[in-house]
Amino acid sequence: MSGLTTAGTMGLYIDFPRRASPSSHVSDDIHSSQEQASQRRSAWMAAAQDGDRQAYEKVLADSVGLIRAVARRQGVAIDSLDDVVQETLLTVHRVRHTYDPGRSYDAWLAAIAARRAIDHLRSHGRHGAREVQDEFALDMHPDVGDATTQTERAQEAARLRQAVSELPPGQREAVEQLGLKEQSLAEAAEETGRNTGALKVNLHRALKTLRQRLHGDS
Amino acid sequence: MSEPLPIDSLIKSLGAQAAPVRRLLSPGRRTVGWTLAVLTIAAYLLWRHGMGNMMQRWELAPLVCCAGVSAFVTCIAAGWAAFALSIPGRSKAWVWLPLPSLVVWMAASGWGCLRTLIVPNPQAVGFPQSADCLVFIVALSVPLSVLLVLLVRRAYPLRPVRAAIMIGLASASASAALLGIFHPIDSAASDLAMHAIAVLIVIGINAAMGGRLLQPR
Repeated sequence: MSGLTTAGTMGLYIDFPRRASPSSHVSDDIHSSQEQASQRRSAWMAAAQDGDRQAYEKVLADSVGLIRAVARRQGVAIDSLDDVVQETLLTVHRVRHTYDPGRSYDAWLAAIAARRAIDHLRSHGRHGAREVQDEFALDMHPDVGDATTQTERAQEAARLRQAVSELPPGQREAVEQLGLKEQSLAEAAEETGRNTGALKVNLHRALKTLRQRLHGDS
Repeated sequence: MSEPLPIDSLIKSLGAQAAPVRRLLSPGRRTVGWTLAVLTIAAYLLWRHGMGNMMQRWELAPLVCCAGVSAFVTCIAAGWAAFALSIPGRSKAWVWLPLPSLVVWMAASGWGCLRTLIVPNPQAVGFPQSADCLVFIVALSVPLSVLLVLLVRRAYPLRPVRAAIMIGLASASASAALLGIFHPIDSAASDLAMHAIAVLIVIGINAAMGGRLLQPR
């Protein structure tokens, strides 16, 4: 039944044409190193199934790049990639007993990551639809300028300030630099001494927390 | 100095929970278990009703034998496909595995049906008995479907509806094959139509309910 199985890495890698030129040696090397990496991950996962903690941490860390690539291909936005990575890693942990060490780990992981990416896109699609309707409602009922609205806005601003001040230091810093001061990632990184990846993650986490606190979104 | 990324902490936390796990058996080995479960029921029915009636019917109408055997092969193939589809990374082409035997089963039944329309058989069963067949297929399919759903849920079906359809087909074809052990002499058009309706009902129920039961957690 080998013809019915998904071989290799489900198109994660580019299949270079094989010609007798110097570039073909380079592509052969790339292909071979990718094969080795794939086999290494399979071996680590097999060891992880037997309870090897180090192998498990290695395979999970090595999986992050693959999960990101799959999620990007599914159309997940860059600022949401970490959410998909986390969801996929949690799923991998829960269903790791379904991995067959005789088969490609990358194909197994890519299928789970694609599913998690689609779930993420679906849930965000629903949020997006709700937001469009809210905007429409706002246009239909203009209430700019009256005293009640101004009071409400002042209260909302106070709640927002309070929520921001209660954030963990890293997240608060990211909101202040990127959101309130509207600095670029590079500028914020230079000013805070943090790397841009950490700033992005912190900002994403902060927005999620604020959304939960202010709107009760899960 | 930057604080550790949440993903790194998550990996460390998952690593701390790296207990050994019992690997899922391969779809092939799980299919052997499923086939043994069906054969156990077949052995009970043969013990209860004997083989005489079935052998006599096969001699009189070889197509009935062909339909029974292909229904049994469909039950094995559809079970195998359900187990394979429930593992991440396996090809969706598994869904076609039961197709050849299903075609033979339908063709053999359809030909028998056509023949009874052209040359009416006085021994063929009437409508009340056909209704009994429908009840038998649907009633036996319920526990068989429950068994398969439990087995498939142990894996992680990323295509739950397809897996559920395969479960419905496996349990309905198993029930139809088992019915052949004690079924009356020959089949009338209404009887064969009833079998087809029963199989469709079982597949439909499984697709509607099983899809939800098998949704990835």
